[in-house]
Amino acid sequence: MTPTAGKPTQKNAGDPIIELRDVNKWYGDFHALRDVNLTVGRGEKVVVCGPSGSGKSTMIRCINRLEVHQEGRIFVDGMEMVPDVRKIEAIRRQIGMVFQSFNLFPHLTVIDNLTLGPVLVQEIPQDAAEAQAMEMLERVKIPEQAKKYPGQLSGGQQQRVAIARALMLKPKVMLFDEPTSALDPEMIAEVLDVMIELADEGMTMIVVTHEMGFARKVADLIVFMDDGEIVEAASPGPFFANPENDRTKLFLSQIL
Amino acid sequence: MLTLLAMWALFVTIPDFISWAFINAVWQTDDSKDCQVAAGACWAVITEKHRVMLFGTFPYDEHWRGVLAIAIIIILAVISGFKRFWSYRLFLVWLVATALVFLLLLGGVFGLKPIGTYQWGGLPLTLLLFVGTVVGGMPLAVLLALGRRSSLPAIKALCIGFIEIIRGVPLITVLFMASLMFPLFMPEGVTINKLLRAEIGMIMFFAAYAAEIVRGGLQAISLGQYEAAEAIGLSYWQKTNRIILPQALRIVLPALMSDVIRAFKNTTFVSIIGLFDVLGATATALEDLLWVRYALEAYIFIFILYFVFCFSMSKYSAHLERDLSEGRNL
Ligand SMILES: Nc1ncnc2c1ncn2[C@@H]1O[C@H](COP(=O)(O)OP(=O)(O)OP(=O)(O)O)[C@@H](O)[C@H]1O
Ligand SMILES: [Mg+2]
Repeated sequence: MTPTAGKPTQKNAGDPIIELRDVNKWYGDFHALRDVNLTVGRGEKVVVCGPSGSGKSTMIRCINRLEVHQEGRIFVDGMEMVPDVRKIEAIRRQIGMVFQSFNLFPHLTVIDNLTLGPVLVQEIPQDAAEAQAMEMLERVKIPEQAKKYPGQLSGGQQQRVAIARALMLKPKVMLFDEPTSALDPEMIAEVLDVMIELADEGMTMIVVTHEMGFARKVADLIVFMDDGEIVEAASPGPFFANPENDRTKLFLSQIL
Repeated sequence: MLTLLAMWALFVTIPDFISWAFINAVWQTDDSKDCQVAAGACWAVITEKHRVMLFGTFPYDEHWRGVLAIAIIIILAVISGFKRFWSYRLFLVWLVATALVFLLLLGGVFGLKPIGTYQWGGLPLTLLLFVGTVVGGMPLAVLLALGRRSSLPAIKALCIGFIEIIRGVPLITVLFMASLMFPLFMPEGVTINKLLRAEIGMIMFFAAYAAEIVRGGLQAISLGQYEAAEAIGLSYWQKTNRIILPQALRIVLPALMSDVIRAFKNTTFVSIIGLFDVLGATATALEDLLWVRYALEAYIFIFILYFVFCFSMSKYSAHLERDLSEGRNL
């Protein structure tokens, strides 16, 4: 990782960068998050798994306010998430997000997808942003695609562009919501490789995924959710070897 | 289909038409009696009256200003057809050009003789009304469409109310309302010019329809685009201007073009409230008893004029639509 890219200093969970305290969320009557508590230290990698509809997306989307929680408190890098547009925008600048369906801007070239945020949000000059974007594309190994439109790229390439775009704002935390679920099998590895490199460079990451190989390799903590609750949270060794909860056992038996 | 039908009709009547329109026609004369003895068309009415038809009561010596106004608008319109020039800046250019054309006709600046708007007429007036409608109406349409999707109930209600009320009545009533009711709401002594009132009416009418089209485009943009924009920290207006609108407007451009063409045709309604657009000016030109018998020829000329404008716009719109359906990036 380039030294400019906001390399977090490796610290332990005693220095939390993200904290969810008794977070509750409802969609209408539906209780989507139940008393969720989660603390993520700087440089920590958390993998979130669980059955469909268990609230994984909802949880990580609350962290950058794409969803609004109704109860409990969320802190990002010492700032509390409150309903104030300025605060929300400030928090979002600390967080990069990668979506299952890439969500690149189809009307902009790859390089413009990358420079838009820095130019508009951080008011970095266009040429400086472009230089930075090229560096970022090197990192995700597709510098030759800079002038193309997203529609001209493969899924794996698009997702790597999306990762590069999220990194452009030098976030302190990266959120991934099933980054490989929409990809053809042969493209999954190229995206996971980029994510593993990112992890090795010390980025704080929260990754919703069912790629258990990836989880085993990079996770400091694996969180299992079911029915809006965090049922189990453990480091990969104990998580896979002897899960405590029956629901975790069932889930693992289905997925492994 | 209609064009085909019209062409077939032309085909069967073509021999008669040719002898009337060309062989026996009178092309040039300053004496309408020459036309009476001829068996064919009297195109001389156009050579004789074209100044009044095209410029209405605009002072004769200042017609060059009208010509320049027409040229500015047409040249800019052609330039705007090229996708590589599409940006918000192009809109600013149009805004400036519209103001410039307005000043050019109005005079009183740059040593130009002042000419009151009550003397304006003909094609420059038609084009200015048209361009003013689109240039003023588009931003209003976008704001109404955004407002209609707003999470603030008051703004939402206001936009829905405006759109539905305007769409619920014919243009002509909007124009009458604009010309009769504005003076009532204005403080004593303040009068707004008739032209401006008509323009405001036309803008409101255009915007109400265009807003619904733009709204359709906004609905077509996936939630993921909004979320990705928010996730990189863009503010509401940054997100709207840079991510959502550019995509939404491209999708609905062909549909918007048909509203634009309609706005062009709708300029003819202003003659009802006493403005002399090119159609109204032609009617005035034909009040000359010597030439009134040749109204047909005069109106054929006007027909061709409108057709050229509307046909080129609709051809262009069809071309855009084809590009769009082939999935090319507009
Ligand atoms: N906008 C919404 N309105 C109503 N209900 C919603 C909404 N978004 C999510 N839900 C519901 O909340 C629950 C949790 O959804 P969430 O997307 O967080 O699940 P998930 O664990 O990410 O599942 P998946 O693996 O399918 O992505 C689901 O039952 C879902 O139907
Ligand atoms: Mg999900």
